[in-house]
Amino acid sequence: MLNVSIYRYNPEVDAEPFMQDFEFDTQGKDLMVLDVLEKLKIQDPSLVFRRSCREGVCGSDGVNISGKNGLACITPLSECVRGDKLVIRPLPGLPVIRDLVIDMSQFYAQYEKIQPYMINNSPPPAIERLQSPEERKKLDGLYECILCACCSTACPSFWWNPEKFIGPSGLLQAYRFLADSRDTATEERLANLDDPFSVFRCHGIMNCVQVCPKGLNPTKAIGHIRNMLIRNAA
Amino acid sequence: MGSLRKMSFDAVIVGGGGSGMRAALQLAQSGYKTAVITKVFPTRSHTVSAQGGITCAIASDDPNDKWEWHMYDTIKGSDYIGDQEAIEYMCQTGPEAIFELEHMGLPFSRTEEGRIYQRPFGGQSKDFGAGGQAARTCAAADRTGHALLHTLYQGNLKNKTVFLNEWFAVDIVKNADGAVVGVVAIDIESGETVFVESKATVFATGGAGRIYASTTNAHICTGDGVGMALRAGFPVQDIEMWQFHPTGIHGAGTLVTEGCRGEGGYLINKDGERFMERYAPNAKDLAGRDVVARSMVLEILEGRGCGPDGDHVYLKLDHLGEEMLNAKLPGILELSRTFAHADPVKEPIPVVPTCHYMMGGIPTNVDGQALTIDREGKDTVIEGFYACGEAACVSVHGANRLGGNSLLDLVVFGRASGIFIEKQLSAGITLKEATEEDIQRAMVGLNKINQSSGGENAAVLRAELQTIMQNYFGVFRRGDYMKTGIEKLDKLRLRVENVYLDDKSNAFNTARLEALELQNLFETAYATAISAEGRTESRGAHAREDFQERDDENWLCHSVYFPESKKIGKRPVNFTLKTREPFEPQIRTY
Repeated sequence: MLNVSIYRYNPEVDAEPFMQDFEFDTQGKDLMVLDVLEKLKIQDPSLVFRRSCREGVCGSDGVNISGKNGLACITPLSECVRGDKLVIRPLPGLPVIRDLVIDMSQFYAQYEKIQPYMINNSPPPAIERLQSPEERKKLDGLYECILCACCSTACPSFWWNPEKFIGPSGLLQAYRFLADSRDTATEERLANLDDPFSVFRCHGIMNCVQVCPKGLNPTKAIGHIRNMLIRNAA
Repeated sequence: MGSLRKMSFDAVIVGGGGSGMRAALQLAQSGYKTAVITKVFPTRSHTVSAQGGITCAIASDDPNDKWEWHMYDTIKGSDYIGDQEAIEYMCQTGPEAIFELEHMGLPFSRTEEGRIYQRPFGGQSKDFGAGGQAARTCAAADRTGHALLHTLYQGNLKNKTVFLNEWFAVDIVKNADGAVVGVVAIDIESGETVFVESKATVFATGGAGRIYASTTNAHICTGDGVGMALRAGFPVQDIEMWQFHPTGIHGAGTLVTEGCRGEGGYLINKDGERFMERYAPNAKDLAGRDVVARSMVLEILEGRGCGPDGDHVYLKLDHLGEEMLNAKLPGILELSRTFAHADPVKEPIPVVPTCHYMMGGIPTNVDGQALTIDREGKDTVIEGFYACGEAACVSVHGANRLGGNSLLDLVVFGRASGIFIEKQLSAGITLKEATEEDIQRAMVGLNKINQSSGGENAAVLRAELQTIMQNYFGVFRRGDYMKTGIEKLDKLRLRVENVYLDDKSNAFNTARLEALELQNLFETAYATAISAEGRTESRGAHAREDFQERDDENWLCHSVYFPESKKIGKRPVNFTLKTREPFEPQIRTY
């Protein structure tokens, strides 16, 4: 039997959050954490979590699993159960709405701040804008971000300054547009980031890299932005 | 019951996936007050799971490619009940819509010339079937849906679309004239119920693959738009037509793109035989999805399936080499390692046909206007009501959708709906205001759930529904089986209507949403069952053991399911093309 300990909080009922323990029979299968949550919800329909694609591409079900942020749908029990115990909490650092559901407004606000869209005011050609495979390759490892917030909510700098530090996810996306040969707003984008907090609060702790469920490397992207900012200032 | 808070918009789009965000973008760009109601944050919509690409004759792979060839393939693929006018519009307008996405920043893969990379997909040909396999599917590696959905969200942020994120549309509000004037929706976080009033209400609610036990579809694909339309008394079209994708991962149901076969992968049975050579000697593994799915099931039924239970076949990719797989199919490597515990670089992926796509839906014209049929059998526009994407049946897919055409459908018709509504709004739309009674009518279902004091749990009923659909309305269908299935559904109906909601709290109550979704699933499933039993022929994805031939004399038409009578009628297929003579039905072989 697996002991599953889950963070519970319903603002209408509970004075404060608490951990609730469930006994769960895995029948010897190496299920995904989301499978466990889905089955527990049949027992207790009041248990609340987000989920959608169940295959690691939509980014809905980022939670803290036995101490590490990850997506419930692609985290097998064999990777996260220690001594028959599984602990599931909401992603840390952001307000909890209910149970495992967090309020992601601050996370999304930081994303919006970096102008996450192509800027190119020259009239577009009748076909696509051309881009060489080498130029396109620069976007690999950047565009795949699923906005699950596993990285930003694992980042101590983001915990301290969620309204001023863009955070690893937003900065990864900032670099995705800086690196795109089709985007012409490099100067504007860099000016927008050129303050002591937006980028420079990253201290290279690299929790983001450790937890990213898509294997992306925000720290590296932040390094590139830093270099661009420093080069610009020189 | 007190009156609800009211919010008013020029246009409201229900659904934040590809088609909804494309429609919203069009309207927001022209300055109309536009809101998107979406039950999940937009980039969590199911479009994100599309992998292989978006099919369109942009003449990159082959500079001489023609959109007319794509039109021919799509009509043939539809087994001739796709509307030719709509298919012509989609294939002809497609390139413009794709280039717009590229200009918006979509990170397509590239050719050496710097153009958009295109790969071969099933059912594609050059020169109206005479010129061999085409490569017409525009791709961003094997993450095209993700790239497309994020790009559209970004475009909407740039144009300041209002997003009502994590709001759930409950039911349609109709005015005294029967026109649609908005929806009642729940703000999931607070639990507040609001009347969202609009001059144009667009349903872009996606599919309903969750009516089946085994599906590639996300948990959220619960047919909300179809359910709401049916409860409002509006018909749905060709809803018996469900695509079973040949390659869902055995056990998990997750999708493995047709692009795997496009890039040179192929299916084998337990003897290692490339069996598609027997069923489709020319196109082989790139025949239509319906053809490949049926061939796989036959292999399994005839004892040539793989694994200890012989209940799946293998998709072989290892011969393509690690470098190529990393470059072209990186997402598939991840998915297979995670869900099949198989590394495609070294071993084949266990796959089985899995419910994937709803070809049917809310009937619309090319402008996205939803239609009903009057007493004389004539098409009638439902004022104020529009649909696009998988929720709609415009119909470009007919009885079988070609791979890569769903993304094109949602971009082209999301855009077309937006363009048409723009025109309507600038000409001026006046609809009678909804009365308190009209609004309360849309609250009946929700009130019943909120007041439930006994009955069964939504999850239990949902599982039962999914099992019935899987067992009686799957890849192969038979009249007597389907009649049994319908009897079972009839018994289930009352239990679904009396679903019990134990937790009546307001804040982020997903149990309430699941109870509402269950009712949408049920309406979609029931319409599917009646229409499938009623269509006494085999065509495209609808394969009957008791009527094995296509019957053009009686069934070269759409089925239309009417919720009030629970019966089906027929609607003619459109055979008018603007640019050439229509394509007459041919025997469909690959």
